[in-house]
Amino acid sequence: MWKYIARRFSTMLFTLFVISLISFAVIQLPPGDYVTSLIARMASQGAGNISQEFQAEMRSLYGLNEPVYMQYLKWMRNILVNGRFGYSFVYQRDAINLIVERLPMSFALAFSSLLFVWAVALPIGIYSAVHQYSTVDYLFSFIGFIGVAVPNFLLALIFLYVSYRVFGRAMVGLFSQDFADAPWSWARVVDLLKHLWIPVIIIGTGGTAGLIRTMRANLLDELNKPYVETARAKGLSENRLLLKYPVRHAMNPFVSTIGWTLPGVVSGEAIVSMVLNLPTAGPVLLGALQAQDMYVAAGFVLLLSTLTVIGTFISDLMLAWVDPRIRLQ
Amino acid sequence: MSVTESLDIDGPVLDTQVQEEEKFEVASQWQLMWWKFTKHKLAMISLVIVVIFYVVALFCEFFAPTTTTQYRAEYVNAPPQPLRLFLDGQWNPFVYGYLSERDPVSFKRTWTIDEATVIPVGFFVRGTPYRLWGLIPMDRHLVGAKEADQPFYLMGADKNGRDVFSRIIYSSRISLTVGLIGVFLSLTLGILLGGISGLMGGVLDNIIQRIIEVLMSIPHLPLWMALAAVVPLQWSAVRVYFMITLILSLISWTGMARVVRSRFLSLREEDFVMAAKLDGCRRWRLILRHMLPSFLSHIIASVTLAIPGMILGETALSFLGLGLRPPVVSWGVMLQDTQRVAVVALYPWLMWPAAAVVLVVLALYFLGDGLRDAADPYQA
Repeated sequence: MWKYIARRFSTMLFTLFVISLISFAVIQLPPGDYVTSLIARMASQGAGNISQEFQAEMRSLYGLNEPVYMQYLKWMRNILVNGRFGYSFVYQRDAINLIVERLPMSFALAFSSLLFVWAVALPIGIYSAVHQYSTVDYLFSFIGFIGVAVPNFLLALIFLYVSYRVFGRAMVGLFSQDFADAPWSWARVVDLLKHLWIPVIIIGTGGTAGLIRTMRANLLDELNKPYVETARAKGLSENRLLLKYPVRHAMNPFVSTIGWTLPGVVSGEAIVSMVLNLPTAGPVLLGALQAQDMYVAAGFVLLLSTLTVIGTFISDLMLAWVDPRIRLQ
Repeated sequence: MSVTESLDIDGPVLDTQVQEEEKFEVASQWQLMWWKFTKHKLAMISLVIVVIFYVVALFCEFFAPTTTTQYRAEYVNAPPQPLRLFLDGQWNPFVYGYLSERDPVSFKRTWTIDEATVIPVGFFVRGTPYRLWGLIPMDRHLVGAKEADQPFYLMGADKNGRDVFSRIIYSSRISLTVGLIGVFLSLTLGILLGGISGLMGGVLDNIIQRIIEVLMSIPHLPLWMALAAVVPLQWSAVRVYFMITLILSLISWTGMARVVRSRFLSLREEDFVMAAKLDGCRRWRLILRHMLPSFLSHIIASVTLAIPGMILGETALSFLGLGLRPPVVSWGVMLQDTQRVAVVALYPWLMWPAAAVVLVVLALYFLGDGLRDAADPYQA
């Protein structure tokens, strides 16, 4: 087990390294260096002259006069040692502040969506497998296909339209007006939960379809195995039999598919938040990209990806714990 | 007596059965696949839909009632005119005209469909002149108002008084080819890297597998957004188009590479490959002549399943304003107008491009599903 963890951990470190390279490329790609665009930006806002000292300080902080690999190392050191992701010239403050504000909500949303996907896919997957080719099975397959085909930002748009028509107002945001800027309190959490289910359903729909299909296929494989027959011959009741043996086997994909469900859910969260205007990473990332505020953008890409990779790593460990065969591979 | 009777009845039935079995045994692999595919009803319907979409995209100038740039300020945000086929019980397709009023207080324009004005609609009518594929000058359109200056907005008009229906048809050319070209790129990458991975094995395989894992574990959308956002604004539409396609396929080749690799790995162990090898078959001949044909069908199926992902990716990026940019029209670019709730609430017909996206994506998924089932015709 320890050997497996060590191997898996080193893979994760390598992945994180590649992610940091890609994020750094995001900063490097736009023409001109960061300080020139910062100066242009400040001048256009009539912020007056930027002192030479400030310019020099910024350049040395990010190592802009040095070769690219040094810039990368400085950028990484600033993040790892000081927790500084760079300066946002749109918001006029450190990118880290923005990230800390927005990222937890993003992951709360992504995680809730993941739970929703599980909660829906498990019973439907079992039902579809046990009642294969029944009307309900076909119905869920069809709904599942629609869930895959309708991108979640469209789902969000349709929801906006319907809520506007039915309730006379667009249901956007995660909080009611009274709570939007209020400090955290019990009432605010309740208010959040009242709004959270809408984006959760919208984000979760796409992933649910895939997981139902996997669950159904896995369970169908298990149901034909001799041990099920044996258990039935011994007189176990049908429900007990189902839940005690084959379902437990077929549950593996729930853990193993986190690896691809989580990136999907994070992507979905980003775009749905932009449509529904939720206070998460999505809208800020979009704004930063549109304004070429690259340190913020790179910070978000880096952290969203990093957390996703760590989530996948944890899920792999869980899988190895649940299914001992994995460790031997 | 009864025995011969029953024999007489069974005779021809048995014969056709034997014939069918014989037919089955001598049929080529592709023939078998086609038979299996035709049994999948939904996939057959989807095939028809997909073909229609691509034909329309190919001749979009002809199928659209007008062009993408044709605008009429007097019909800004006009609602859709429903098409009526019979007038007084006679076959005579037409649409009703508009009555528009301005609210004296808010200056908001309200539209009503005026049932007193009848605008006759015809097929193969003369309308806005265009150049087919940018080359052949023509002015015939499949449908349109018989008098070219009459309004004809089957799906309403947008904020510039342009015909939404025509723009959806023109968009299909961009949106559908992004999928095709993107898949072609990712297929090339996938076959190349997946093939190397599966055939060579060892260190190279290990490296390629790690790269695939890394790319798969990153959330695609933020990465796509970041890459698309740095495409310079002054680039020409064509360059942006290819850049976006490249960005989309840069990540999605991984799935393709996995399919190719697993096929090569399983084929390596097959008897016929070993036999060919022992016969002194050269490496490339072995790959191209013996291995490739046996998994080509799987590749086709996974290509079909990859196209909708590309289409959705382009739509999402363009919707956010990071993908293709006007004057290029794609379904995503058209949906940009619906970003604001107020617009969606007042002019819901601007969401029609979404219907096109969903329809074509569903059709491609079902088609791919059918192809995947048919790809292994020897399996029951």
